[in-house]
Amino acid sequence: MLAKPFDSAASAAASIDFSQYPDEHGRFGEYGGLYVAETLMEPLAELREAYLRLRQDPEFIAELDRDLTHYVGRPSPIYHAERLSKKIGGAQILFKREDLNHTGAHKINNTVGQALVAKRMGKRRIIAETGAGQHGVASATVATRLGLECVVYMGAVDIERQKINVYRMKLLGAEVVPVTSGSKTLKDALNEAMRDWVTNVADTFYIIGTVAGPHPYPMMVRDFNAIVGREARAQMLAQYGRLPDVITACVGGGSNAIGLFHAFLNDRDVAIVGAEAAGDGIETGRHAASLAAGRPGVLHGNRTYVICDDDGQITETHSISAGLDYPGVGPEHAWLKDTGRASYVGITDDEALAAFHELARSEGILAALESSHAVAQGIKLARDLPKDELVLVNLSGRGDKDVHTIAAREGIAL
Amino acid sequence: MNRIDRRFAELKAAGRTGLIPFITAGDPSPEHVVALMHALVEAGADVIELGVPFSDPMADGPVIQHASERALAKGVGLARILGWVGEFRRRDANTPVVLMGYLNPIEIHGYAEFADEAVAAGVDGVLLVDCPLEESATIKPLADAGLHRIFLAAPTTHDARLAALIREASGFLYYVSFAGVTGANRLDLAPVRARVAAIKTLAPALPVAVGFGVRDAASAAAIAGFADAVVIGSALVEQLANSAGASAVTDAARAFLAPIRKALDAGSAKNAA
Ligand SMILES: Cc1ncc(COP(=O)(O)O)c(C=O)c1O
Repeated sequence: MLAKPFDSAASAAASIDFSQYPDEHGRFGEYGGLYVAETLMEPLAELREAYLRLRQDPEFIAELDRDLTHYVGRPSPIYHAERLSKKIGGAQILFKREDLNHTGAHKINNTVGQALVAKRMGKRRIIAETGAGQHGVASATVATRLGLECVVYMGAVDIERQKINVYRMKLLGAEVVPVTSGSKTLKDALNEAMRDWVTNVADTFYIIGTVAGPHPYPMMVRDFNAIVGREARAQMLAQYGRLPDVITACVGGGSNAIGLFHAFLNDRDVAIVGAEAAGDGIETGRHAASLAAGRPGVLHGNRTYVICDDDGQITETHSISAGLDYPGVGPEHAWLKDTGRASYVGITDDEALAAFHELARSEGILAALESSHAVAQGIKLARDLPKDELVLVNLSGRGDKDVHTIAAREGIAL
Repeated sequence: MNRIDRRFAELKAAGRTGLIPFITAGDPSPEHVVALMHALVEAGADVIELGVPFSDPMADGPVIQHASERALAKGVGLARILGWVGEFRRRDANTPVVLMGYLNPIEIHGYAEFADEAVAAGVDGVLLVDCPLEESATIKPLADAGLHRIFLAAPTTHDARLAALIREASGFLYYVSFAGVTGANRLDLAPVRARVAAIKTLAPALPVAVGFGVRDAASAAAIAGFADAVVIGSALVEQLANSAGASAVTDAARAFLAPIRKALDAGSAKNAA
């Protein structure tokens, strides 16, 4: 008998229509909101109004659809990993192949959308923060295609561990600015991008790369990524005649996860599990599992779960994957956790690496280290489920960018 | 009566422009914070803004970022800062103290607990950079306890928002002189003067302090012509950063503020004449 991971709290979620959030203040329950300096309040209001108008504008929708089809390469397939499933010996493991998108991850879904908003708002300059570099690459890609200047902020530590993506951004004409403050990772890059935005807000559009930040970002980034779940839901019905039993995705800021989850939130029979980075193990304190091990707080413009000390200082996180190495998480996930609609668990560096190799050898797919956390979680879930159940895993990105990290970790000189 | 209100009433009666220095609590040295606060008052401070260091100071430029990092490295946190304010109050019952910072340290401390402890320590107001008017319900316990919530207005603030900010303002309104982070050098006086005049027309009785980009006697004096107070932060923090030892820190503060105080008084006198 299968225990749905959210059984215990399912009653709390039973009466909520999850498609109706956030409210007009950008809140998901007590999470989300607009916790930014006064200077950004009007620019954020303008962005919100522009976006709410555009998302109903048939011309905008048609242009976005065209780009997603012909430039990004959507729809991405759902692939049945038969060999892997057989080896695990439990439920069938299916992958939503976001790794096959142009630029190699789900990140492009969002940047294509936001770049079109930027263009319609008449902005001439794009800024972005990046951790793994995937969002930076995706931002540089759409900026150069629209003839916009692009500046990407990236923590000095991440620049070191994601060299290939740094070079890709430069090839695409973007300026990559190293951030040396704080922990020199994604959170600090986000701080620095906000500082740039507050300074150049008149002509600059800030493309946030995940479902964090102040309203309307968590909503807008989710909407642009929600195509993943909408497609997957339709593909499941078309290919399998039914919805999956469990869906899972890795959670850094949470954009690929909410992208997959959103279309399924009101399908109460579909269990939802997010995989956070447990780093060396949650018990060691060296992790980035905000939901599994953090507490409610305020960071980067919204109320959400954060990893901080008793003085409210955000503490350093750890993950082998730069894209999950973030001490906050999108506010919608905080709310899904509290309502019991989704559960969030930690996957360690070692588990993610093992899953990376497992997938490479059994299916011929090199997954991103971020996505490898979801693969590990998918394998865990499948192991305990009967063979006729379906586990859908979001394969958020491809692993080319990570081969150096993996080689170094395993003592191999390239 | 809140000390902030009393102080602005006194300034108005005397025809003087207020001087509001900002220091990052615990920088350059946790041992000398209280002595530094007294030195600021001796050098002519009318209100003290005490920065609560935060790990992710999104609205601050490099000078205050680094000061915060240094203070955090020395273990400075809310509890110690409230302790310093309490110690300061034993010798100074009149100078208002405003804590400036970000929400998360207070959120984690607990709003109601913080409010009680802050009032008991002798704090008069809070300026929480990442808590705009729309989210101010979050900090209602602070207002309920008698702390003034100081709101910011900025060049990007449209008139309708400005009216709402004025309605909700307590203590004074902090006008941010340019769109940017603290410590940047982008001060352009003409638009600031026009905007402060507009605020004054809407709310003649509400004190307006101007901050961001005020670096020296000349820029302070220019602002004294139209604002009720000037805030000086990064330039002072930078000045203090390299001082070691109690007397070096307090001397540096006095040396930095004295000419500014003088210029403000000359400017106010000229405007009054
Ligand atoms: C492939 C991939 N997956 C996941 C993430 C994590 O971001 P999010 O949680 O917003 O999907 C990243 C971030 O860089 C990524 O590159």
